[in-house]
Amino acid sequence: MIRQALIDPFSDFEFMRRALAAVIALSLGSGPIGVFLMLRRMSLVGDAMAHAILPGAAIGFLLSGLNLFAMTTGGLIAGFAVALLSGLVSRSTGLKEDASLATFYLASLAIGVTIVSVKGTNIDLLHVLFGNILAMDDPTLLMVAGNATITLLVLAVIYRPLVIESVDPLFLRTVSRAGAPAHLIFLGLIVVNLVNGFQALGTLLAVGLMILPAGIARFWSRDVTPMICIAVASAIVSGYIGLVLSFQTRIPSGPAIILVASLLYLGSVLFGRVGGVLPQLFPGRHLEA
Amino acid sequence: MMAQLQFRDLTLGYDRHPAVHHLSGDVAPGALLAVVGPNGAGKSTLFRGIVGLLKPLAGTIAGLKPREIAYLPQIADIDRSFPISVFDFVSTGLWRTTGIFGGIGAAARQKIAQAIAAVGLTGFESRGIGTLSGGQMQRVLFARVLLQDARVIVLDEPFNAMDSKTSADLLRLIEHWHGEQRTVLAALHDMDMVRAHFPQTLLLAREAVAWGPTAEVLTADNLLQARRMCEAFDDTAATCQPQQRSARAA
Repeated sequence: MIRQALIDPFSDFEFMRRALAAVIALSLGSGPIGVFLMLRRMSLVGDAMAHAILPGAAIGFLLSGLNLFAMTTGGLIAGFAVALLSGLVSRSTGLKEDASLATFYLASLAIGVTIVSVKGTNIDLLHVLFGNILAMDDPTLLMVAGNATITLLVLAVIYRPLVIESVDPLFLRTVSRAGAPAHLIFLGLIVVNLVNGFQALGTLLAVGLMILPAGIARFWSRDVTPMICIAVASAIVSGYIGLVLSFQTRIPSGPAIILVASLLYLGSVLFGRVGGVLPQLFPGRHLEA
Repeated sequence: MMAQLQFRDLTLGYDRHPAVHHLSGDVAPGALLAVVGPNGAGKSTLFRGIVGLLKPLAGTIAGLKPREIAYLPQIADIDRSFPISVFDFVSTGLWRTTGIFGGIGAAARQKIAQAIAAVGLTGFESRGIGTLSGGQMQRVLFARVLLQDARVIVLDEPFNAMDSKTSADLLRLIEHWHGEQRTVLAALHDMDMVRAHFPQTLLLAREAVAWGPTAEVLTADNLLQARRMCEAFDDTAATCQPQQRSARAA
């Protein structure tokens, strides 16, 4: 019975196995990116970026129809353009990163919606907005896995400057020039992972697999490394349960995955060891020292 | 002897408004120099210029490359909510030897442990920096400076809000650095401490009011003048003309 519900969907149907592989790959990339987004107080930046990708994807769609590869390439170009422009503007002027990003992403979003509504149909728009993880073909799956691999490798390279820049940016600037490039590369990684999630979950929910697992992790650990591991694990668990849920019910896969992650988040807010509601209400007797 | 740091007509500031104005002078190698002055006198600005965080609006700073200077910022500039342990935070002081990729081996770990012990924080290695008190965090910053092993050390208000025990401990470290012939610059507000422990003083109020042996600099007249000179940031100030200045000086 349990086996039937939890394992059979994947052993019986190839599209489910592909979806599971995709969601695991996505989790491996999005987990750590989300943790750094949160620790650098950039959670909403991820959200803004997700919208900024839209015009690129829309142009890709116009040029070659519902071709995921073309849409991904377009999304990457648009996302990088917005990330780099806003990063450069905020670093060369006094404007804060969030403000400069907000201006660029709004312009970008307006262009994207214009393009899709002038040329496409409502069904196209729905597909762009919500994605479809159950329609992973070979090239798409390879691309998702490739992007996740690139993310982990690049993150390993910029990890040290990224951490120091988050804690003590002035110190990093006095010992090294690596801070600014690390930040820009990190913005690039956000785009890569958004586009990655975008095929599976759509533009609106792609950022969910970054932010929610990071939020969950914050309630269970005080150190960056375990935090990243917890984020990845909870993203994978959300993906798996979400897929099962969407297979057994009529909930679409993308929202199902994000709903499960939201429930895990809610549980963490209530019971989390680090700053959860219940542990704060009932902290136990105070210690001696 | 070659000066360790040379300021030549140095002007530093923000949005073209000078916070340090036409400063000239030399810091000798091994000097222990207190930089004093009212709030807004340009002490932090001068330090940011020295370590290369701020480009001069005019004039030059010569001597060392900014990367060869250890800088202790004000605690407020650090995000203490970031989940990093005391040990890891202090280990960033080894950046010059490890860089982006270099590993931290047994010898380095021992060095880090020694630096943490030197500031009296043994046992705190795995604590997150967010759980430390202000005084403990300042000790952590000193440990990092210790690891940086730099010829020149720049301390921005290291004793702000420190109790007497912490101040005394950290002051001993500074005197130890002085004994090792390192050049130390510190922004300070406690004039008694400056008189007791710092042989040289620069009294700053945007411009240098006085610079020399501490007893000659910290006179009542000089301190009063410094307070008067720290006038408000003037949005409509005229452009500073070099001719006018030399005329005024003449």
